[in-house]
Amino acid sequence: MHTALLLEMAAGALAERTATGPVSHGVTYAELAARARAGGVWLEARDAVTVVYIGLNGPMLPTALFASAEIGRPFAPLNYRLPDAELRRLLARTAPSIAIVDDDMLPRVEGVDGAVLVPRTAFEAACADPMNRQAVAPAADHDIAVLLFTSGTTGEPKVAVLRHRHLASYVISTVEFMHAEEEEATLVSVPPYHIAGIAAILTSVYAGRRTVYLPTFTPEAWVDLAAAERITHAMLVPTMLGRILTVLEARGEKLPHLRSLSYGGGRMPQAVVEKALALLPHVDFVNGYGLTETSSTVAVLTAEDHRKAISSDDPKVRRRLGSVGRPLPSLELEIRDPDGEVLPPGQSGEVYVRGEQISGEYLHRKVLQDDGWFATNDAGWMDDEGYLFVEGRLDDVIVRGGENISPGEIEDALRQNPKVIDVAVFGLPDDQWGEKVACAVVCNDGRPSADELAAWVKARLRSTKTPEVWAFRDALPYNDTGKLLRRQLKAEMTAQQPATV
Amino acid sequence: MELKPGSRWKSAVCDTEVVVVRATQGGISLECGGHPMIAHAEGKPEGLAVAEAHAAGTQPGKRFADDVSGLEVLCTKGGKGSLSIDGREIGAKEAKKLPASD
Repeated sequence: MHTALLLEMAAGALAERTATGPVSHGVTYAELAARARAGGVWLEARDAVTVVYIGLNGPMLPTALFASAEIGRPFAPLNYRLPDAELRRLLARTAPSIAIVDDDMLPRVEGVDGAVLVPRTAFEAACADPMNRQAVAPAADHDIAVLLFTSGTTGEPKVAVLRHRHLASYVISTVEFMHAEEEEATLVSVPPYHIAGIAAILTSVYAGRRTVYLPTFTPEAWVDLAAAERITHAMLVPTMLGRILTVLEARGEKLPHLRSLSYGGGRMPQAVVEKALALLPHVDFVNGYGLTETSSTVAVLTAEDHRKAISSDDPKVRRRLGSVGRPLPSLELEIRDPDGEVLPPGQSGEVYVRGEQISGEYLHRKVLQDDGWFATNDAGWMDDEGYLFVEGRLDDVIVRGGENISPGEIEDALRQNPKVIDVAVFGLPDDQWGEKVACAVVCNDGRPSADELAAWVKARLRSTKTPEVWAFRDALPYNDTGKLLRRQLKAEMTAQQPATV
Repeated sequence: MELKPGSRWKSAVCDTEVVVVRATQGGISLECGGHPMIAHAEGKPEGLAVAEAHAAGTQPGKRFADDVSGLEVLCTKGGKGSLSIDGREIGAKEAKKLPASD
């Protein structure tokens, strides 16, 4: 099944409802579909395969995505925040391509071999051109919908391949067609090149929910727009939520229209979730866990799960606030040991998933197993009721003297210390143990000593899990979608280590 | 008729359109309003009407799954006729509460 059909269905069922932009002068579903078809006709006449998008969030993003889908061309949004040299290198990898580029970003990418540039305003005009609107694009047969570069926190960015059937299957198995009420509006602030940004377009269109775009994220601008546009739904990455809560608190703003906030894309400190629930009691919080390679969400901690966990005295139920919930009913999820054996509840291993939305494919390389299972490279475990706890990337697991130590568990323990603001735990090379536990920590003014923090961990976990190396920092390095750059910290601290004699 | 995943079909007698979500082994006839559905690109035959026994209607966004053959279709456009396979009515899939994250 094809993603272009999702918009066609929406335009057929709710033609006059606003699809994107403000209620007063937004774009209706019928108009969005007409623009996408015209854009497809125009793109079809160019000699290019991949349609690249380099630009800020905005109503042209869904138009360009669906225009590409109409004619069966892969759509590849690139990270415009990268330094010019890196952005150009990624663009070169998409050749032969046509790139729709924000006008002010054009000089940054000019002259890349195999990429034809078109200013975004010119593409916008092509979508409005009556000539293109009257023409009909030939039927599409290419089945790649989206190409997404992974963030490359663990090396050179890979190109994840998402086919129409993966994305469409995700949408129709998780969203009820046209179930959104007329006044619902979602605020999208995750960038266009993030899988959550792509998923938001498709699910909002299928639900019939108006989409409002925040061109570029600041917590103040997000709060302003959410209030002005009476936003009811939004998706955030963890760092965004923390910063938004600070603004809401300072302003005493409650966002009375807000109904649902979903978050994902990284580890959310439990303290932030607790603060969010206290600050916005009228809002449903939903945690989604997924990867680019899985067409976004594969497990969900529902609003009801959040409420049950926060109000429970049972530590087992309470700790589920730190879980990513249960797998979607439309797919299978298992925890396996390094030999591929399925592990029982409570035991940590690698998270595997299987289902129609799972692509598990990179350009020129399929990593899906023959039986359809995809190894996520995430470490995690499930409790006896099927709640999944993700401990982080498998590569980040510290192996100290044969013992596997998950950084997440130690970070969680340290985050409970009121003096700790942010923390990252990772392994450093060690002659005796292979690896030793190291910790970079950001503290508030009442800065504790390393001994004090070590004692804190020891009292909660065990001595082998107590960090031996401590670094106090002003801030930790994150990429722009909120992923902690653990590898960078590790490299810095490895270099700083005194040479052993 | 070859009911491949992603293939699109329309009713011969009403506005109903469907897309195949899960395919089946073949050898079955998918009908709407009591008449075999036709490929999306083809023209509609004339002179046919919705059969009384198959007039419950379809709604866009509803998924129809047949336990016997394994076929699953998604209704992309609603109409007056209802769906059947070899004359056997197939009902809409029970809408389970979906844990949407966005």
